[in-house]
Amino acid sequence: MNRNRNLFFGICLVAFSSTMALLSVLWTPYDPLEINPDISLAKPSWSHLLGTDVLGRDVFSNLLAGSRTTLITAFLVVMITMSLGVTTGIGAALSPRWFNRTAIYSIDIVLALPAVLFAIVLAAIRGPSTFTAVIAISIATAAAVAQVTRREVNVLLNSDYVLAARACNSNRLRIVRRHILPNIRASLFIQASGAASIAILAESTLSYLGLGTTPPAPSWGRMLASSQQYLIIDPIVALWPGLAIIFTVLGFNLLGDGLREALDPTLRKSKS
Amino acid sequence: MLETHTRLRQLRKTDSLQNLIWYLARRFTLFVGSLVAASALVFLLLRMLPGDLAQAKLGIEASPEALAQTRTEFGLNDSLILQFVKWLGNALSGDLGVSMLTGANIAQEIVNKATVTLPLIGLASVLALVFAIPLGMYSALNFRRRKGIGIAAISQLGIAIPTFWVGVILVTIFSVKFQILPSGGFPDAGWSSWSGCLESLVLPAITLALGQIAMLMRFARSATIEVLQQDYFRTARSTGLTRGQALRVHGVRNSLVPVVSVLGMQIATLIVGAIIVEHVFALPGIGQMLLQDVSIRDYTKVQGTVAATTAAVFFVSFLIDALLGFLNPKSRASQ
Repeated sequence: MNRNRNLFFGICLVAFSSTMALLSVLWTPYDPLEINPDISLAKPSWSHLLGTDVLGRDVFSNLLAGSRTTLITAFLVVMITMSLGVTTGIGAALSPRWFNRTAIYSIDIVLALPAVLFAIVLAAIRGPSTFTAVIAISIATAAAVAQVTRREVNVLLNSDYVLAARACNSNRLRIVRRHILPNIRASLFIQASGAASIAILAESTLSYLGLGTTPPAPSWGRMLASSQQYLIIDPIVALWPGLAIIFTVLGFNLLGDGLREALDPTLRKSKS
Repeated sequence: MLETHTRLRQLRKTDSLQNLIWYLARRFTLFVGSLVAASALVFLLLRMLPGDLAQAKLGIEASPEALAQTRTEFGLNDSLILQFVKWLGNALSGDLGVSMLTGANIAQEIVNKATVTLPLIGLASVLALVFAIPLGMYSALNFRRRKGIGIAAISQLGIAIPTFWVGVILVTIFSVKFQILPSGGFPDAGWSSWSGCLESLVLPAITLALGQIAMLMRFARSATIEVLQQDYFRTARSTGLTRGQALRVHGVRNSLVPVVSVLGMQIATLIVGAIIVEHVFALPGIGQMLLQDVSIRDYTKVQGTVAATTAAVFFVSFLIDALLGFLNPKSRASQ
């Protein structure tokens, strides 16, 4: 733990938010959607740990339920990103030279597209939803993953042990499974945690703009948007969803940095 | 001996010039290619609407005659490719067409709104550079000391903070609590009352810059740490310069290269960030206009605005890459 503080805190924070999300499936102090105008904007108390919002909904319950939306989004984005990005990356590296070139250019173009702009266009067409947000974010992050994967696989393909494997008449599938995937596993874990933190930030941003998760589903971005209208009366309500986003994103970032330190031997050497 | 030397230098010079031209040509092809691809993508996406643009404009209950008339008016009867080529040709000559709902000239509106968005982005980039480089260097000089680690930790936190939340918090502190700066809006008179304009851009620019500072700082820090380990740095120290002096002479320029290239890559983030910040502070810029058009489903205007914004992003990253090609010969050789 002492040697890799990033990994330790990262795992703690991610585990904490995952526990909260799981907990919210089974139990929240109040129904997050229950409206109770009598206690609008109540201060934090023992019955409402973090107070209530303008409609009298319990902020703590909404925060818990929001973590579910956030983590499901992150999970979906990571799944789509990794499967799409890694297959494209490996496929591009293995294919003939001209296709490899085309792939590089197409990936570069997708990378240059601002993901949120793309999400805005998608939302304009299909109407805002968590699903459109997930698709838009995934495409953007998958391009980044594909680029890194392709580069790493290209290096590996020129290594002596891949040459040896080919000399032993291994087919491509076997080479990928036995020699390439194990070697890029570390970098894939790091990129997955990076994709998760990007997804959480992007989803909350889109929801804040009204282009992501739609009401009544609770989401941290929307909680912030609605609390902004009552800043003058009660600024504290705006604090909680922001802190929740920061610590979840921080958790995934630290996890990625920690994994990099733990899995990349060259980095370890230069640090000590 | 001297002759060989001069000859070698000439060779190297022509070689590097050729390199540079090739590099710029490659980069320019990518710029044009991505521009066409991106606008085709936006175009196609908007044509995938249920029904068509005429239907979207007039509603489901529109009469067939009215629909037909609108279709002719917007050229929707042509083939998709012809429509796209026409649109692209017009767009390249600066004509993005008219809004489907209001009939306003789209390019004109974008130029009008840019008088808010461009100063915002410019101010934020300047703020980001001015703060990120010294902070990164300071944290590198105090590498593994408490001060340096503290700054690195703050930057780690800064990356995790969502832009809009920073905006909301700044408004709470400076507009609601102390009431020294406006919480949003922009003077109707525009830049003729420039002090009012600057005042209403201060908080948005800080909001937009903070995330960038946190990001750029990390690159400035690692670049500086690298410089500190170089032989030329040790030589500079041995001539009697202090660490700070040596860094100012030899470090600033060397750590500037990665920072500028990252800022170039971040330009997309800055523009998207501007959309968010304009929303938070109710600034009448391009981003706010885009969000409004999305909510009222003005598809031709969304298409024009997104295409123009993407073009701006691509152009800036092309410019930055070209600049880096001049600054740093190593970057030309890659790929």
